Amino acid sequence: MSPPPVAEAQRLSISTATLAGAGASPRRRRRSVGRVVGPGLAVTYLSLLVVLPLAALVGKAFSGGWGSFWSAVSAPEAVAALKLTLLSSLAVAAFNGVAGLVIAWVLVRDEFRGKALINAVIDLPFALPTIVAGLTLLTLYGPNSPFHLNVGNAKWGILFALAFVTLPFSVRSVQPVLAELDRETEEAAASLGASSGRVLWRIILPGLAPAMLAGAGLAFARAVGEYGSVVLISGNVPFKTEVASSWIFSLSQSDELGAAAAVSVVLVLVALLVLLGIGLLRRRFDIPESV
Amino acid sequence: MVPVQILLGTHSLSTRKRRIGGGAAVLAAALAVGVGIPATAGAATGSVDLVAYSTPKPAFAALIAAFNATTAGKSVTFSQSFGPSGAQATAVVNGLPSDVLNFSLAPDMNKLVKAGIVSSKWSATPTEGMVTNSIVSFVVRKGNPKHITNWASLVKSGVQVITPNPFSSGSAKWNLMAAYGAQLNQGKTKAQATAYLTNLLKHTVAQPSSASTALQTFVSGEGDVLLDYEDDALYAQKKGEAVTIITPPQTILIQNPIAVSLKAVNPSAAKAFEAYLLSPAGQKIWGQQGYRPVLPKVAAQFKFPKPTTLFTIDSLGGWTKVNTVFFTPTTGVVATIEQGLGVSTASS
Repeated sequence: MSPPPVAEAQRLSISTATLAGAGASPRRRRRSVGRVVGPGLAVTYLSLLVVLPLAALVGKAFSGGWGSFWSAVSAPEAVAALKLTLLSSLAVAAFNGVAGLVIAWVLVRDEFRGKALINAVIDLPFALPTIVAGLTLLTLYGPNSPFHLNVGNAKWGILFALAFVTLPFSVRSVQPVLAELDRETEEAAASLGASSGRVLWRIILPGLAPAMLAGAGLAFARAVGEYGSVVLISGNVPFKTEVASSWIFSLSQSDELGAAAAVSVVLVLVALLVLLGIGLLRRRFDIPESV
Repeated sequence: MVPVQILLGTHSLSTRKRRIGGGAAVLAAALAVGVGIPATAGAATGSVDLVAYSTPKPAFAALIAAFNATTAGKSVTFSQSFGPSGAQATAVVNGLPSDVLNFSLAPDMNKLVKAGIVSSKWSATPTEGMVTNSIVSFVVRKGNPKHITNWASLVKSGVQVITPNPFSSGSAKWNLMAAYGAQLNQGKTKAQATAYLTNLLKHTVAQPSSASTALQTFVSGEGDVLLDYEDDALYAQKKGEAVTIITPPQTILIQNPIAVSLKAVNPSAAKAFEAYLLSPAGQKIWGQQGYRPVLPKVAAQFKFPKPTTLFTIDSLGGWTKVNTVFFTPTTGVVATIEQGLGVSTASS
């Protein structure tokens, strides 16, 4: 097993510190400059791309005061859309967590023809413009479905589209960890008489849990904000199949930018809480960060 | 230790200097490019930024080609941007460069008046600021298997309707006001007309975000009737989609506004293009592309179906009033209807 990244980083920083104290050499100097400039650049970049836009969003959401924020997020359309979005995203993250594990397992542990191709295909949902994904899903699983499987204009359609766009997260977060997993422990457990189910439960899953959780977290965060792939197949009917991102789009088109920002803030906040919760869960079980 | 620190200090300082130097060079290059474009644009070629709603894209392709074939327009080049009407107006307010503006409905033009980009007198022209007309039509499956003929047949049991989401799509607003006005024009009261809207939305199985996604949804097999711009329906038919167009006995006259931006970089070319779009030659091309010309003489050359009653948005109080009363999110008439339907589906 390779050392966990945190320990690796600590080891590196200790070595640079000792080196910097020891005397002058070009190599040492470069590293020290990197240590000064690196975090500065990282913070600047992160601020430009993430912190500032989010702060602007929150500012816009509360530009009309707490009262208008509350009336925007408690409007019946907003509540219905948020409920549908969060529940669907949760269901899809959980389902894809398991499906992603199975796919990763097959890709890591099994050998078969065309494996490299399947391995490459997994990431395609990322490359496909989401509106194209929605159209494709509608053609295949809509009213004219060649398989007579119609999930169009229904909540099932939303789950389908979300599962499609989030699958790469679920597979890719588990795959490398599974590949690194120490097989000797499994073999030892098996040779000591543990059943394969017991090996899975006591040896494999604990090792994979943090990666699965991280994948589920990413999938959830992605699903919460998904728009393009969902709107075509869902039917987008208010109170039935309208997701939060679509309601936000409608508000922005109706010149209600403050209300649109308010509903977005709720989505971002829930995603943040879920990601923080996952971090907490990992620490609680003393699981090293692996992804 | 001390010499090392000094050395480190000067080293990082020089690095930073070089970074700044590099950044300045990049910035200077960007400025040169940025300045370069308008500079060349102001010269012989002459470029016009066209910002329009999504449906007239193919029409503009034909119109620009024809304009470039005239002496006035032969050296004018175009940069074109198409998208949902409301989104395009918002983009222009937020700085999208524009010379000629064409929207689906007047309120989007008024957004730009508020922002100081379009003159408040934009509608004081012989065509009242409009460049094209159209009507709200019914699009049905080829051969009209569900026998859709009028507004009443849309709410028969078993009929599934598709109309875009009225809070995100200008097209949907035209559709719902056509439905509402059709009831008033058949002698119904306002309450009865609102009840009809409720019934219509009850039969609506999908509310896609825009007219173009609504057409895609319908063509993929959803629903029995699509409420659509007549020009968009004609375009779909021309592309070979298996659809039939039904003109309702009562429907609304759709009027699409045009204006030249007060901040146009190239006002003379922009005005020349606007004049061409409104000229008999330009109007004829609009007509060939499925739009109803705003010049009566040109319109007479085309055989567009004549509904029994054709009413305007002004007869319903005008867009400003209609937008507030019907389409305010969460409190307007349409939002209230949707809320009522949402509650009834939740309890059933």
